[in-house]
Amino acid sequence: MTGRNTFTRRRLGRASFGGAALAGATLLGAPLPLRQAFAQGAPANLKVGLLLPTSGLQAQIGQACRRGADVANDVFTDMKLPVKLEIVNYDTETKPDVARTQAEKAIDAGCHILVGAFDSGQTIAIAQVCEQRGVPLVVNIAAAPQITEQGYKFVVRNFPTAPMLITGALALHKEIFKVSGKTPKTAVLMSVNDTFGTAMMNGIKALFPKLDMPYELVDTISYDAAAKDLSVEVAKAKATKAELLLPVSRLNDAKLLVQEMVKQRWEPMGVLNPGAPGLYEQDFLKTMGKYGEFMISNVPWLDPKSAMTASLEKRHAAKFPNDQLDLNGGFTFEGILIAAQAWLAAKSTKPGDLMEALRKIKIDQHIMVGGPIQFDSKGQNVNIKATAVENLKRKPTVVMPLEAAAAPLVFPMPAWNDKRRT
Amino acid sequence: MTADFFLSLAQAISKGLLTGMVYGLMALGLSVIFGVMRVVNFAHGEIMVVGMYLAWMGFEYLQVSPMLSLPVIAAMFFVAGYALQRTVISPFIGRPEHQQFLLLLAIAILLVNACLAIAGPDARGVQMDSQFESYELGPFVFDAVRVHAAVTAVVIAGLLWLFFTRTRTGKSIRAAADNNLGALVVGLDVRQLYAFTFGVGAACVGAAGALMITIIPVTPFLAAEYTLLAFVIVIVGGLGSMTGALAGGLLIGVSEAVAGLLLQPSLKSMVSFGILILVLLLRPQGLFGKSGT
Repeated sequence: MTGRNTFTRRRLGRASFGGAALAGATLLGAPLPLRQAFAQGAPANLKVGLLLPTSGLQAQIGQACRRGADVANDVFTDMKLPVKLEIVNYDTETKPDVARTQAEKAIDAGCHILVGAFDSGQTIAIAQVCEQRGVPLVVNIAAAPQITEQGYKFVVRNFPTAPMLITGALALHKEIFKVSGKTPKTAVLMSVNDTFGTAMMNGIKALFPKLDMPYELVDTISYDAAAKDLSVEVAKAKATKAELLLPVSRLNDAKLLVQEMVKQRWEPMGVLNPGAPGLYEQDFLKTMGKYGEFMISNVPWLDPKSAMTASLEKRHAAKFPNDQLDLNGGFTFEGILIAAQAWLAAKSTKPGDLMEALRKIKIDQHIMVGGPIQFDSKGQNVNIKATAVENLKRKPTVVMPLEAAAAPLVFPMPAWNDKRRT
Repeated sequence: MTADFFLSLAQAISKGLLTGMVYGLMALGLSVIFGVMRVVNFAHGEIMVVGMYLAWMGFEYLQVSPMLSLPVIAAMFFVAGYALQRTVISPFIGRPEHQQFLLLLAIAILLVNACLAIAGPDARGVQMDSQFESYELGPFVFDAVRVHAAVTAVVIAGLLWLFFTRTRTGKSIRAAADNNLGALVVGLDVRQLYAFTFGVGAACVGAAGALMITIIPVTPFLAAEYTLLAFVIVIVGGLGSMTGALAGGLLIGVSEAVAGLLLQPSLKSMVSFGILILVLLLRPQGLFGKSGT
């Protein structure tokens, strides 16, 4: 046994020197937070738990969100941001109870910060876990006001609340009517009845009288989030003879909705989405074809003038050539960016330090339209701006506000058989 | 009450009738199997979901319309149903009902998980031009896909009726259903007839699945919902009655459509279950069922 022991003082010295040199090189070559982490003996990487509905009803949107995060480290390299994050993906299966379990699993696995989860119901479930366990949550997409109204200390949201979305969207409606010279007199609101849809519906009802809108809301029709057929709902909406449809939808129901509108030959003056997903999604544009054209979504969108947006678009196109980059990928990327900047500022992976950094953060260079990313005392970013995005030539295109417009607005919407639909 | 309201109501009723015909076809399989074998098929919705997936795969990978793949799917389901009955279900005939229930529940769970493993949890639908088409008749607009599905469902139900009333095998099955002992005494191969019946029931459900995929996208989790719907229909119509299954399908289809129009659309299922409770209270054997079934 002794004969096989080849350790000598000289060898030990060489080994120690080699090891020290390697560690030193690693430390010097590492980004600043990594150097801090090495020096303090803390975990080397910031481990981010990304919770998204990548299966189930919201799978396609969840996957679109994830693609934004998948290229985040590459964009950071392009932007010379000295960070490289370890992003661990967790599937919430579009279920709040699974979201809760996955959040606990992510924290148990050592994630220092969580990002997610697209849907308000799932996000609320995750927020409760984060609050109990004292781990920061950066909300990428979720509009239910209660997320930042319940006094949570470990939650920040980089997405407009339902009232913010609605106020921004309805203000843009007036702009659209002014520019087009056509003003509808009546509108019908159709909404999915999940947490987000209910928040939007209640928000619209509450804000509508205060915003002096030029049209009357003649009916409000809610439907199940898992609806497989919206024929009755669309028939009811058509019967109101409203000139405008305001859909608060998700992806699958948005497809069913438009399919039924075409079949029932209901041709309102326009379909203006007051801040919901669905109409601008890639799968919607692909499956609806010409019938998906000229639908308008009043949502925050990627800022074409930002250098970081250009980098994100380039990296996204290279890695996912068949997939469109939209606000889902954009906001999820920003969620990861916020986590990275918080780490840079905190120089620590301790939850308390990260949260403290998040409260003080101010990120000027980012990708969505609006002012710098910073959070108010409730953890809400109030600098996000709404845009009007119209589906033109199978692509969501910014048409409002005019200073950011990439194409002229088309309103009223051409008829289903109009030649402009090709 | 305005003319517009009555027009909307008539439109909702016509839509409900069209959907109800497909519902009826789906429930027919359940009713036929129970009527003859006295076995309640708790894997009914799951079998239909498999039919929907097969039709989707035919469309997705072979570019075959679900309407064209329907006869192939029905034939495959007949063979699979026949084999399933002979190998697995047959030993359970005559055993306590809870054992039959557990067996079919196990089959249901196997089927759902097989669908999950093969196709994943995401919604799968077919995208056809006809899904954007409709027929106009005066002030009425009829959804083309629903019209095609309803007409096909009526044709299949008609063929089934002809089979049971005009063919020797059909008559033998009815004889075995009416009097099992009598059928044995006159020398009918009852085991064979039971397997044939299960095959016919499965073929009906497979055909309904091929029709249903043209109307709604499929997920594995849809199965439980459709098993429940089929049960509501056959209990309302009368367990074991073919006419009852069809009438129950129409009644539930129309009630859902009208409830969606008059109340909130999200409350439409509530009306179906309300009808179920009323039928169970006032006429437990169902609208077309025989007392004692």
